[in-house]
Amino acid sequence: MAAAAITDNAVEIAPGVHWVGALDPHLRSFDIILKTANGTSYNSYVVRGNNGVAIIDTVKENFADDFFRRLESVARYEEITTIVLNHLEPDHSGALPELLRRAPQARVYLSSRAQMMLKALLKPSGEKPPEYIPVTTDDTVDLGGRTLRFLHTPYLHWPDTQCTYLEEEGLLFTGDIFGCHFCDNRLFNDTVGDFRFSFEYYYAHIMRPFREYVLDAIALIEPLEIKLIAPAHGPVLRHKPRDYVHRYRELATPRLFNEARSEKTLVVFYLSAYGNTRRMAEALAAGAESLSGVRVSLYDLEGGEADIFTDLVEEADGLAFGSPTINADAVKPVWDLLSSLTTVNVKGKLGAAFGSYGWSGEAVRLIEDRLRGLKLRVPVEGLRVKLVPDASELEACRGLGEQLARHLTGRLEHRELEFSQLQAAPA
Amino acid sequence: MPKAKVTFQDIGVSVTVPAGTRLIEVSEKVGAGITYGCREGECCTCLTKVVSGGEFLAPPSILEDQVLKDNLAPRGHRLACQAQIIGGEIVVKPA
Repeated sequence: MAAAAITDNAVEIAPGVHWVGALDPHLRSFDIILKTANGTSYNSYVVRGNNGVAIIDTVKENFADDFFRRLESVARYEEITTIVLNHLEPDHSGALPELLRRAPQARVYLSSRAQMMLKALLKPSGEKPPEYIPVTTDDTVDLGGRTLRFLHTPYLHWPDTQCTYLEEEGLLFTGDIFGCHFCDNRLFNDTVGDFRFSFEYYYAHIMRPFREYVLDAIALIEPLEIKLIAPAHGPVLRHKPRDYVHRYRELATPRLFNEARSEKTLVVFYLSAYGNTRRMAEALAAGAESLSGVRVSLYDLEGGEADIFTDLVEEADGLAFGSPTINADAVKPVWDLLSSLTTVNVKGKLGAAFGSYGWSGEAVRLIEDRLRGLKLRVPVEGLRVKLVPDASELEACRGLGEQLARHLTGRLEHRELEFSQLQAAPA
Repeated sequence: MPKAKVTFQDIGVSVTVPAGTRLIEVSEKVGAGITYGCREGECCTCLTKVVSGGEFLAPPSILEDQVLKDNLAPRGHRLACQAQIIGGEIVVKPA
């Protein structure tokens, strides 16, 4: 298809549906955590019905002028009856306060979980919040001959996220889902440059931690007849849009068949300067393996890289980290891995720490704190061994492994404790 | 001081605690599967299912009530960072 570059005007993406977003080609870093080698776009859309006009999302505040100029080329403010907020992050809601001033009659449709965010966003303006209506899957808005239907797709990648389906056109407005940071004024996926890397990079950093929610959303989206996907960043997907839905399903599905899927999995990561923490790791692993229903993997962090280990972490049910203490801290490869886990969901996994030390032995407690900070549960106090573990200390390591296995397999004996005992613990 | 017993069903631990203790103070210490985010009753990360003994928790504040509602929390759920134990026997597990 011919590549029609974006001008100052709106771009028609389907009959009566226009792109009125903004291009940000010089952005090089998004939300601090993402690199944006050729910038990004903030996509906003206008849908015209017989009885009114809907605006789907807005743009980042600095780009409001571009948005309003394009919007004015296809609609008058008094025609706007509906504003849909698929996602309230400031890059999509930045122009919202001004839009509400220009179209005060519009009703705002958003997910239930977006309500508090809307109030927080409008706080500085000091203005009364607009009339807003929380919606969920299968709620609809009739624009006159055109129906917007909502899909509740939370946590992609905020609690508030939703999709909006224009039934008559088979057009799905997806917010950040199927989006990417890729700026190209030819707009459509069959005319822009090669954006596949950006699409996958975006998924890996934005959507991957919410894998289960991705699969829930895909289950809602797959039955729809989809002629076009209009995300809030990057190219509009008009050529084979369903391929992108399939790709999300693939990306959210583990790459290899999991041989251990009927068992619980414990991954033991360790580092060892003199072999002491390694011996502890081996004893712990042996202890965990001694219970049926648990499959244990042992990895020396010196032998791999954080990226690869992140995949293992994502799949594991339990994680144990062994580190010696050097200069009152755990060693760097442990922190490298533990600071790389924001791209996967580790909430609620079982965590534990252990390690040999020469003098002060802070590593174990520091790792436990980090694991709790990452929202793992750490029910078993970690093990510290001064220098070389003897037979009884290795037995304690085996015991720690067994305890972890009991936690993973739900074979715990009931314990009765006093609160004062807990307070005495160095947790 | 009046005592209460709170059981964390997911890890099979019961703890006898003084009245006035918040769930978060106990669950973190025993390593229950309840996880925490803001710890200020806003983010709803620590949503907890109260299996029994909900009447032995102090009633939710207006803020907690609002957050539970905004997050579509089912009945019998509380925020562990807010819920204060006042006596009796309570059984909880992660939501």
